[in-house]
Amino acid sequence: MSRESLINLLILLAMLVVPAWAVWADEPFILTLATKVAILALAGVGLNVALGLGGLVSFGHAAFFGIGGYAMGILASHAQSYTALMEWPVLIEGTKSMPVIWLVAVVASGFAALLIGALSLRTSGVYFIMITLAFGQMLYYFAISWPAYGGEDGLSIYVRNGFPGLHTLDPLQFLALSYGVLFAVLFLVSRVENSAFGLALDAARQNSDRVQAVGIAPYRLRLIAFVLSGMITGLAGALYADLNRFVSPTMFSWHLSGEIMVFVILGGVARLFGPVAGAALFIGMEHFLGGISEFWQVFLGLVLLSVVLFARGGLIGVLAPKGARHD
Amino acid sequence: MSGLLLIEQVLNGLQSGVMLFLMAAGLTLVFGVMGLINLAHGSLYMVGAFAAAAVAAATGSFLLALIAALAAAAAAGALIELLVIRRLYARDHLDQVLATFALILILSEGTRWLFGSFPLYLDVPSWLSGPVSLGPIQYPLYRLAIIVVGLAVAGGLGLLIARTRLGIRIRAGEADREMIAALGVDISKLYTMVFALGAALAGLAGALVGAIQSVQVGMGEPVLILAFVVIVIGGIGSIKGAFIGALLVGLTDTLGGVLLPQAFGLFMEPSAATTVGASLASMAIYILMAGVLIWRPSGLFGARA
Repeated sequence: MSRESLINLLILLAMLVVPAWAVWADEPFILTLATKVAILALAGVGLNVALGLGGLVSFGHAAFFGIGGYAMGILASHAQSYTALMEWPVLIEGTKSMPVIWLVAVVASGFAALLIGALSLRTSGVYFIMITLAFGQMLYYFAISWPAYGGEDGLSIYVRNGFPGLHTLDPLQFLALSYGVLFAVLFLVSRVENSAFGLALDAARQNSDRVQAVGIAPYRLRLIAFVLSGMITGLAGALYADLNRFVSPTMFSWHLSGEIMVFVILGGVARLFGPVAGAALFIGMEHFLGGISEFWQVFLGLVLLSVVLFARGGLIGVLAPKGARHD
Repeated sequence: MSGLLLIEQVLNGLQSGVMLFLMAAGLTLVFGVMGLINLAHGSLYMVGAFAAAAVAAATGSFLLALIAALAAAAAAGALIELLVIRRLYARDHLDQVLATFALILILSEGTRWLFGSFPLYLDVPSWLSGPVSLGPIQYPLYRLAIIVVGLAVAGGLGLLIARTRLGIRIRAGEADREMIAALGVDISKLYTMVFALGAALAGLAGALVGAIQSVQVGMGEPVLILAFVVIVIGGIGSIKGAFIGALLVGLTDTLGGVLLPQAFGLFMEPSAATTVGASLASMAIYILMAGVLIWRPSGLFGARA
């Protein structure tokens, strides 16, 4: 077993031990914190598909996170007020069912990623970073100025949406559900990484010209990766909205795009469990440093800065350096 | 809509455009010469505004406040360059984004620590307050002064880049940094100077705008994003592009907010027109940017991607 698999196993173990301890010690808040970690890690896993595997530095993934969130908010608010979403030409009603909401969130964010990706991938380098940022901001300002769904104030959903067979308002059951989604997506991503598509994408990141020379179009590979990435982050957005039972334009803000990127880099770019480790570390620091000082973000900034300057490759990169096999 | 109001809005757009240029000039220089993407540029804008507000409160002099803003932002810029930024030149953009994101957290929270969470106020000096008659319209003297100062700085910067020895080195650094190092130019000193120059311009913009708006933590971030839009539209590394991009963004942003709701009002109900118009206006500059990038993927005056 490689060192990275061993570390992944340890992370998995920690993910199970912490909630078990929280149940034993009767600390429901720790359960909510673990749920938050799992959901934000899922958003990071999504970004990591574009960033790590595809080498696409997207600074606008909050766009998909927000679309997922608003998919939940809009559907649930209509179900809450018993009004139809659309009456003509077909009747569309709101829903309080998580699987339906997830499907809508994934399809909507995938569609948005297809549009944004198709335009943004015409550029590269800094221009790609900036144009994805601009698309994120575009949606942010749209969400603020469109009054139908709360505008700047956002939307509150009073009861968490339902999942067949589960009582989702119970913290432990919602945690288990979030873990289930995260693990399923991690499994899917690990399969994608080792598929012919994943290998070609990795090759396109390392040397685009060679990939083109053997007859594969890098643009299409990258676009597919970007769409997959947006879909996963959108799913995370729907779950996050359900965790807070609240959506607001801040889900679209560029700060959030930055934070999702921080999860990935803190844990380790292109590592399967990198975003999980990164999100856990980030939320952990936020929680504990926040208890020590009102100005905890100064210390968070210092930690991030030291990671970039001295611990290249993030947490997993330091613990399990990659051999000469890659890059 | 009356023509007079339109002229006033054009002036407002020009004013926000030249201030954006002061921000964007530093960003585009730093990117052009050092290949660095600096998210913390907005924090230097904030540093300038806070320094100006503090000095104005202590001495009552607006000119001293402006000098303090320039000095504080340049010093902060030089310090950041020496401590952090110079370790990032050889890194990829991802590392640069993360490290400068961390710098934003440190500078914003550090400022909150020093000055508290409440906004400070920087007053327009009495000799610049009040309206001035421009033919048929009345326009605030201070805003007019900002436009003049901004245009003067833009002209000075253009001369600096085109005519002076430092400007020659900066342009040479953009073209080929190994070569000018080999010709005996102290490249790390040049980098520190360029970074401090960009920081000083951002600080000046922060102080000038701070007198119209309030001086508060986080004030640099919206401007930073707009400045990024500007340099991407203009072409990264191009001062001329930054100038034209800044005016385009300033005018689009200001006029869009006024004209779009009225344009939709021609064929929609007033309330719906206001909603749609306001939503579109808030997205207008990003639509402009996306349009420019689709038309010319490396900006209007950009040489390379």
